[in-house]
Amino acid sequence: MRNDVSIIVDGLVKRFGRFTAVDHVNFQIHRGEIFGLLGPNGSGKSTTIRMLCGLLTPTEGSARVVGYDVATQPEEVRQHIGYMSQKFSLYNDLQVIENLHFFAGLYGVKGALSRERVAWALRMAGLSGGEHRLTGELSGGWKQRLALGCAVLHRPQVLFLDEPTAGVDPISRRDFWELIHEMAADGVTVLVTTHYMDEAEYCNRLALIEAGRIVASGTPSQIKQSAIRGDLLLVECTPLGRGLEVLRQAPGVHDAAVFGAALHLVVDAAAQSLKELPGYLTSHDVKIDRIQPISPSLEDAFVELTAKGRPNPT
Amino acid sequence: MTRLNLKRTVAMARKEFIQIRRDPRSLLIAVLLPLIQILMLGYGARLDANHIPVYVLDQDGSQDSQNLLKAFQASPYFDVVKVVGSYKDLTAAIDADRCKLGLVIPWNFSQNLHNAAPTAVQALLDGTDNNSAQLAVGYAQAVITTYSTNITMNWMAQYGLAQLASNPLSLDYRTWFNEELESKNFIIPGTVALVMALMGALLSSLTIAREWERGTMEQLIATPVTALEIMIGKLAPYLAIGLADAALCATFAVAWFRVPFRGEIGTFFFITTLFLIVILGIGYMISVATRNQLGAGQYALLVTLLPTSMLSGFAFPIDQMPRPIRAITYLIYSRYYVSALKRIFLAGNGLRGLSTEIIALSVYAIVVGYFATSAFRKTLQ
Repeated sequence: MRNDVSIIVDGLVKRFGRFTAVDHVNFQIHRGEIFGLLGPNGSGKSTTIRMLCGLLTPTEGSARVVGYDVATQPEEVRQHIGYMSQKFSLYNDLQVIENLHFFAGLYGVKGALSRERVAWALRMAGLSGGEHRLTGELSGGWKQRLALGCAVLHRPQVLFLDEPTAGVDPISRRDFWELIHEMAADGVTVLVTTHYMDEAEYCNRLALIEAGRIVASGTPSQIKQSAIRGDLLLVECTPLGRGLEVLRQAPGVHDAAVFGAALHLVVDAAAQSLKELPGYLTSHDVKIDRIQPISPSLEDAFVELTAKGRPNPT
Repeated sequence: MTRLNLKRTVAMARKEFIQIRRDPRSLLIAVLLPLIQILMLGYGARLDANHIPVYVLDQDGSQDSQNLLKAFQASPYFDVVKVVGSYKDLTAAIDADRCKLGLVIPWNFSQNLHNAAPTAVQALLDGTDNNSAQLAVGYAQAVITTYSTNITMNWMAQYGLAQLASNPLSLDYRTWFNEELESKNFIIPGTVALVMALMGALLSSLTIAREWERGTMEQLIATPVTALEIMIGKLAPYLAIGLADAALCATFAVAWFRVPFRGEIGTFFFITTLFLIVILGIGYMISVATRNQLGAGQYALLVTLLPTSMLSGFAFPIDQMPRPIRAITYLIYSRYYVSALKRIFLAGNGLRGLSTEIIALSVYAIVVGYFATSAFRKTLQ
């Protein structure tokens, strides 16, 4: 194992009865890297992260976290990781400071170091002065930063974050990602799951996961490039539904999908389509409001990749 | 899974203690419930029959019948409430539960006595509560016998047989341990077991289930804390609360209900600790198995409070149970604790005098402890 690889996942499978939640997943994460698992709810992200924390035993395959096998050495794994579960799971009936002391105790953080780390976590969470507030009374963003604080009191080498920003306001989300980047800069390896496409852009590398299988992986730009073969156009037209139907049949168009109030088209060549499509739409009784080339987002890539994957699951 | 780190265990115990302090329900169970229980059982669960209300139909109305009524009135067991005029009034009084005993003195009572003819007094009893009815018969019998003996003696004296006017045989008895033969002394020590079973089982059955219900379990088991540390850390505060409650109950028993405490405090706490380990272990296992607080609480009461109140000999003497039930009681851990409590309070037994109880409870504590430590696994499956 190379020194700078923190997490190795090799052919990981998890079945619950007949249902396969995670299906032969492979990836490696380097030290100090922020790795995102991106996918819709129920795609197997949480199950993967729980196996890596030693909370669920893999059905097949293996995974090593900082050199320890998650199936056979879960306690060693837990010494070196921090974990923030999907649902907020600190004690609401404990004060902020009591939650911090509790987790410091569980992680065996001692004496002076414990005081220093608790003070750091309070500052980081913006809760200095609010130590004695009941945790249940905090708002979403504070709770989330406190949970992060509790998970990293022992300076873990690896941090697992399962949908950390669910239900948190946009500004808090941005602050949160800044914290994550600071930690990664200090050498902490971060594995984060999300279904927010915009958040995935904050990751160094990504794996797109659907129905338990990884459908693409790489840096955000690699994924976009590999997924979209051709150019991307944005089209605004009325009526939108008829426009979608018509454009799917149009020459030079690979794919068309609705994005908000507009359509995204994948075309062979942007220049040619920009010339031809307005006339084509008009001849099919669709009024065109706007057409322009755009750079692909991860969402485009995800739609493209999963749309290809669906008709032929193997 | 057998690693035990003191710092983590203490962190666990401290957190649990804070949560108990902030949770009104736990606080209620830990502090108020034992008080209510000991007061209710101390006052309510009495098997003595004192001041049994008596209605009398005196058809005779003589000096002799008056003397008999005086004898009843003088007994602490009876209160002659009313003298009625007809048999119908007497039965009506029993029907309406105004009296437990109806006494009928026949019209020829005095006459028969003076003619040395055998005579009888009729007693009507409310048998809905057979225990009280039996006690009433026994006490009435005693009053009548004394009265009857006195008459015999008087006759003998009249006929110049004064030297014979003494009982040829009498039983000179002394009761040990519960000199006044009061049922409160028999019952109240056992209520400590009931309080421990109820409080201990209810609280410990919530521990693990609460973490699952509130969604805090996942975070907890993702830390290095071991299953053993979780168990010990969670149960230690309840052991402390249990011992405090035991002290409270014992104090109440002695200071309020005047039950003698002849044993040693150390013996009392030692054996209470053993019992609490069994109870808390059972509650904890139930909590692990059910994962929900409501269900866990109900199961816990079923396997702890029920056998402790019915089959431990707390109020219903084991010697009087049918043989198969008696055999079952040997499997009921509370039996040994209740028996130990009674011997500590009343007979003053020390550790040596309680070897059977200590061995039995220790075996239970070890077995329950063993299964409890392996009951919980740190996994979401």
